[in-house]
Amino acid sequence: MARFAARRLVNMVFVLIAISIITFLIFYKIPGGDPVLRIAGRASNETTRAQIREDYGFNDPVYVQYGELMKKTVSGDLISYSNRVNVREELVRGLPATLSLVIGSAVIWLFFGVLFGVLSAVYAGRWPDRVITILAMIGISLPVFWLGALLLYYLTFKVSLFPAGGYVPLTEDPAGWFSHLILPWFTLSILFIGFYTRLLRSNMLDVMNEDYVRTARAKGLSERRVLGRHVMRNALIPIVTLFGLDVGAAIGGGAILTESVYDLQGIGQYVADSVGSLDLPPIMGTTLYAAFFIVLFSAIVDILYARLDPRVRLNQ
Amino acid sequence: MPDVSTEFSFDPTAEVAEEVKAEGEQTAGLGPWQLAMRRLRRNKVALAFLGLFLTIVVLCFSAPLYSSWVGRGPNENNLTGKVERGGEQQDVVTPDGKPIGPGLSKEYLLGADANGRDVAVRMLYGGRNSLFVGFMSSLITAVLAVSMGLIAGYFRGKPDVVIRSGFDILWAFPVLLFAIALGSALAIGGLNLGPIEISGGSLWIPTIVIGIVYIPYLGRPVRGQVLSLREKEFVQSAEAQGMRSLRIMFGEILPNLTSTILVFSTLIIANNILTEAALSFLGAGVQPPNASWGTLISEGVDRLVTAPHLAIVPGIAIVLTVLSLNVFGDGLRDALDPRAKLRLR
Repeated sequence: MARFAARRLVNMVFVLIAISIITFLIFYKIPGGDPVLRIAGRASNETTRAQIREDYGFNDPVYVQYGELMKKTVSGDLISYSNRVNVREELVRGLPATLSLVIGSAVIWLFFGVLFGVLSAVYAGRWPDRVITILAMIGISLPVFWLGALLLYYLTFKVSLFPAGGYVPLTEDPAGWFSHLILPWFTLSILFIGFYTRLLRSNMLDVMNEDYVRTARAKGLSERRVLGRHVMRNALIPIVTLFGLDVGAAIGGGAILTESVYDLQGIGQYVADSVGSLDLPPIMGTTLYAAFFIVLFSAIVDILYARLDPRVRLNQ
Repeated sequence: MPDVSTEFSFDPTAEVAEEVKAEGEQTAGLGPWQLAMRRLRRNKVALAFLGLFLTIVVLCFSAPLYSSWVGRGPNENNLTGKVERGGEQQDVVTPDGKPIGPGLSKEYLLGADANGRDVAVRMLYGGRNSLFVGFMSSLITAVLAVSMGLIAGYFRGKPDVVIRSGFDILWAFPVLLFAIALGSALAIGGLNLGPIEISGGSLWIPTIVIGIVYIPYLGRPVRGQVLSLREKEFVQSAEAQGMRSLRIMFGEILPNLTSTILVFSTLIIANNILTEAALSFLGAGVQPPNASWGTLISEGVDRLVTAPHLAIVPGIAIVLTVLSLNVFGDGLRDALDPRAKLRLR
């Protein structure tokens, strides 16, 4: 276990370094991304630009520039070229909104995903299964931002059921925090509920065909016990894996669309804004931040997987 | 432009059938492809949705025909014109800027947008672009992922280490973030790689970006399958006959991956159409003057108050297209391999 964790750690660092190099090269190479213009403004004259080029080290060789950027990234001194805002502060500022959104909706999608998945599998082929399947298929076919925009318009502007967009900190106003997040939670969850329902249904049907389930029934165990102890335990393992990966990706800025539609001012929205303006330091900061969460959660998931399923050997 | 209708045909079935006939072995059992076809034919829901999807494709690709029948181009403004609805003349765009909604008339069947352009015409042209990006990006993903997976799984050793790390890195890249970054960067400057030159507004930019980000999603399962297939007897016998590696990889192993690739392609096209819409919504996908369902939605979202149909109509088009592909892909998976573990996510 310790050896596995150590190896994953080394692998994580390697992947993050590779990602930082690729990100740097893409935005170093791409025309239109000249940072000097961003800092000096388009109306600047050649002398100012030359001065800035010198001050910011844009005349240095590529690897020196990369090294400087990474040094700042690690120490948290990364500053945007266009609006001179510290990247780490921006990330920290957006974190509460993103965490509130992701954790809340993760609870919702896991609960309903498992509930519908189990119902769908238990009633396989009968009407509850059909209804759930239709809803799940529609759920995974909806463009998130479209759903979000329509919900926002019809349920807040037309009928004032919910407060219009924005994020209210939990510490300031718990009720406001909750009511502002209901629609975003729902919007973000729908896609995942659809996926989890489908996945759990087919996993459960697979497991129900296993010999040990027949044995369990043959021994006279109650249906509840067969489903709970024998079927669910095995069918849920892939769901746990997927859940970890999805939560990691969502915290890492995967909720961009939901955040933008509801104007939550979280990390996803910061990512969308900074990426749209091709500002290298925020892009580097947010990409590494996001990749960190994705890699971290996939490592956690692997370890958890081995815990849950004794057949899996970590050293493989 | 790909011939879309052949995308889902089952050529191997026909081949098997011909072989059986040629050798006069009518007693031979059904081949796996015939079994799959039979299972698929029984799945009426999947077939109905395939029909829906093909209808959408045909409609979108006949956009120029519809446009000339209606007599309006996709970018033709009409701020002062009138259209006949239920026997009375109505403004296409009212003086206070409210465009006409959907209704029964030859022109403006799905209403007009704020510039007086015909939404139905724009929808078909936009749909053509959405489908193009969806198809071609999936093709890019499939070709690259399958060749990489084959090389990694077949040669193992160093090529495997390199390709697998590549997959790991791409996997850890936040998909949307990477796609937005690449998409908006390339949309400004275009792509200039030696002989390949793509201008910033080209449809190929979002196509390539989307095609690249999903490579590990297919590459990883393909590599795994190749790793186990290469130990099978038929590969050993091919090796013993002195067959070249390339021929073994593409002639012997690849046919065994067909069902994986087929199912994945159906589902990834659906996924890519959604990704294109999301990228366009964030301004990093299809660039004006080209339209796609994604750009139509994002234009429409700003005008929900005065003209809700502008956002609703393209959204429904996306939902129907993606839904039909998902349902058909599900049926295809059940038909090809009822116990398949392959999933898009």
